[in-house]
Amino acid sequence: MRRDVYDVVIVGSGAGGGMAAYELTKAGAKVLLLEAGGMWDNSKDSDMLVAPWETPRRGGSTPDKPFGEHDACIGGWNVPGEPFTTAPGTRFSWWRARMVGGRTNHWGRISLRFGPDDFQHKSVDGLGDNWPITYDQVAPYYDEVDRLIGIFGSREGMRNHPDGEFLPAPKPRCWEMPIKKAADKQGVTCIPSRLSILTRPVNGRAACHYCGQCNRGCRTNSNFSSTNVLIAPALRTGNLTMRTDAMVREVSIGKDGLADGVIFIDKVSGEEQKVNARVVVLAASACETARIMLNSKSTRFPEGLGNSSGMVGKYLTDTTGTDVGGFLPSLVDQPRHNCDGVGGAHLYMPWWLDNKKLDFPRGYHIEIWGGMGMPGYGVGGGMQNYAGGGGYGASLKNDVRRYWGTGVGFSGRGEMIPNEKSYCELDPRTVDQWGIPVLRFHWEWSDHELNQVKHMQQTFRSLLQEMGAEVRSTMPTKEQGYGIATGGSIIHELGCVRMGSDPKASVLNEHCQTWDCKNVFVADGGPFVSQADKNPTWTILALSMRTSRHIAEQRKGGKL
Amino acid sequence: MSDQSTFSRRDVVAGLAAATAGAFLQPSAARASEAGKLATAARSTARAAGTRYQPKIYTAHELATVTALVDEIIPKDAKSGPATEAGVPEFMDTMLDLEPNMRTAHRGGLAWLDHECRRRYAKDFVGCTTTERHAVLDDIAYPAKAKPEFSSGVAWFNSFRDFTCTGFFTSEMGVTDIGYMGNVPVMQWDGCPPENYRRLGTQKP
Repeated sequence: MRRDVYDVVIVGSGAGGGMAAYELTKAGAKVLLLEAGGMWDNSKDSDMLVAPWETPRRGGSTPDKPFGEHDACIGGWNVPGEPFTTAPGTRFSWWRARMVGGRTNHWGRISLRFGPDDFQHKSVDGLGDNWPITYDQVAPYYDEVDRLIGIFGSREGMRNHPDGEFLPAPKPRCWEMPIKKAADKQGVTCIPSRLSILTRPVNGRAACHYCGQCNRGCRTNSNFSSTNVLIAPALRTGNLTMRTDAMVREVSIGKDGLADGVIFIDKVSGEEQKVNARVVVLAASACETARIMLNSKSTRFPEGLGNSSGMVGKYLTDTTGTDVGGFLPSLVDQPRHNCDGVGGAHLYMPWWLDNKKLDFPRGYHIEIWGGMGMPGYGVGGGMQNYAGGGGYGASLKNDVRRYWGTGVGFSGRGEMIPNEKSYCELDPRTVDQWGIPVLRFHWEWSDHELNQVKHMQQTFRSLLQEMGAEVRSTMPTKEQGYGIATGGSIIHELGCVRMGSDPKASVLNEHCQTWDCKNVFVADGGPFVSQADKNPTWTILALSMRTSRHIAEQRKGGKL
Repeated sequence: MSDQSTFSRRDVVAGLAAATAGAFLQPSAARASEAGKLATAARSTARAAGTRYQPKIYTAHELATVTALVDEIIPKDAKSGPATEAGVPEFMDTMLDLEPNMRTAHRGGLAWLDHECRRRYAKDFVGCTTTERHAVLDDIAYPAKAKPEFSSGVAWFNSFRDFTCTGFFTSEMGVTDIGYMGNVPVMQWDGCPPENYRRLGTQKP
């Protein structure tokens, strides 16, 4: 055995890459994990429990922390030296996390399994494509992910929102109850959230201490991040080597037509390096993985690796989104108490309607917000919109006190149908600072998404009215896209390296293995055949676990 | 890469309680509060020495204007204040230093305020009497009632008021005033007090 050949090289250390590293090192493989960003350890580097007055910006945003200086995630919509482009007429935002743990440092820990319909939705409504696998095939992996990582929730027995192995859910906060009351009255299902935050100790990790700051990174590892829940145990096996600041350019193809490693740029020295491996797992995020594959041009694969079908980059999707907020007068002058809770809402609304009676396909779930959260940059702003009319002096000061924590709102997160006009490709004229051709995005919503978002707006306004809340915004018009969020801005890019049962119409087979090159696998959001009315992380984890087990079995059988 | 926590839950929570005193969070707190602490320290030093805060961006006149204005917006009352006591002018100066693109509109508005005061009273804002200051502020502080000719002043004052509120209500004094009771580790989450549910027409679950 050549000493410089790894059994597996994994590109990307987020949910998918972290799970692959965890599973494959456990199975005995010598693994190299490459991360394009730097080291960051939530248990040491987090700003958890830092008070607002301790920092000059009081929590305000910085260029590499668009969600505020305390947010765990380093990266953003604009990464210096790493541009992307958009086709004329396209509006698309591409979020990149550049750090160990990837986007698991950013997300809201909303951990929803896809349901039986979500894997086979074409069979239900004729749109998009079915997955080559069913819920029943993925369910055992979801169960294992639940037990390994930990998730709270409530058993509800809803067919397309399957229950998991839940820890107890935290009680709803006071301000969440009027929302539930309004939802119950209007027939909107409102149940405990399903978040990967520990309400009981799990596998040596402490239970939550309810500071509500999951987004800053948890110093006690009481929520899920790839860094300490997956990569740390993988490192402890002794089988994992991790390299940060390693920007992968391409997968290298040997004379036998198989991948023999990857070529990356060491961001610190600027030097190009090659590492050799028997198996390559791409988990760089859907679009970055597509970019690496398209840039992996060889005599054998002139259109890029895994792209004999021409499908790499195609059928890119993001979650649909829109928000409506209001002022709830009954919250004025509320008695003070600590309502931090976990880092996220304690209640949510899964999709509850029958599309046969609606003018759009598929559904959405609803996230809620409000409460007397930690004052940060922006607190007490917009006082001219309240009864006092703005002003200054003692009356203004008192208004800020009275109206603090009286805002509540809803965010819809829905399923987009994949379409031919939404895709990414290499921009033939633009390279990043390392000379790697960048992605150019094309994006178009259809009436499916616009009508769905219109329904969100109407539902949220109706719920706010039911609660007695005042809404200041007006219903956005069709010309305004009913307030639909820009493509990419919900940060759920899925597809564009899709799995399928036909090599001519998909990039990957049911094991997330490229049809063209048997030792290249994808373990991020790229393989998703469809979105769902659910956040993708739990499915990325389950699929990565399933793919990794397949790789381990194939290696054992001498097939890889 | 750290090991997963192996200590007990009680240890963790106790450790976190100590963290608010600074021990556990030392490296991060030191890094994160660098400029904030420098600003506070500079102010205390200046005060102890009987000298003034040395602004990074503001001119001496701008600092005098801001100092007068923020206390008009957030005055002292029975509970707290005024804004200068919470270091609001120093916070603003520090933010302008960090965010160059905030400077033009912010400082331009201060200049607008002086122009307006000079037009009416032949004095800068700081030279005006309280009655004169309030007469000008009354024209720009209530957008719904303001006359169109004051639109520039209104737009600027909206953002200046927001900025003042952020500076005050994110200070230790302001956070205490507004009554935020979180940012502390708690052993057991048992929801909010029953009274808070009741007054919203609901029951504690």
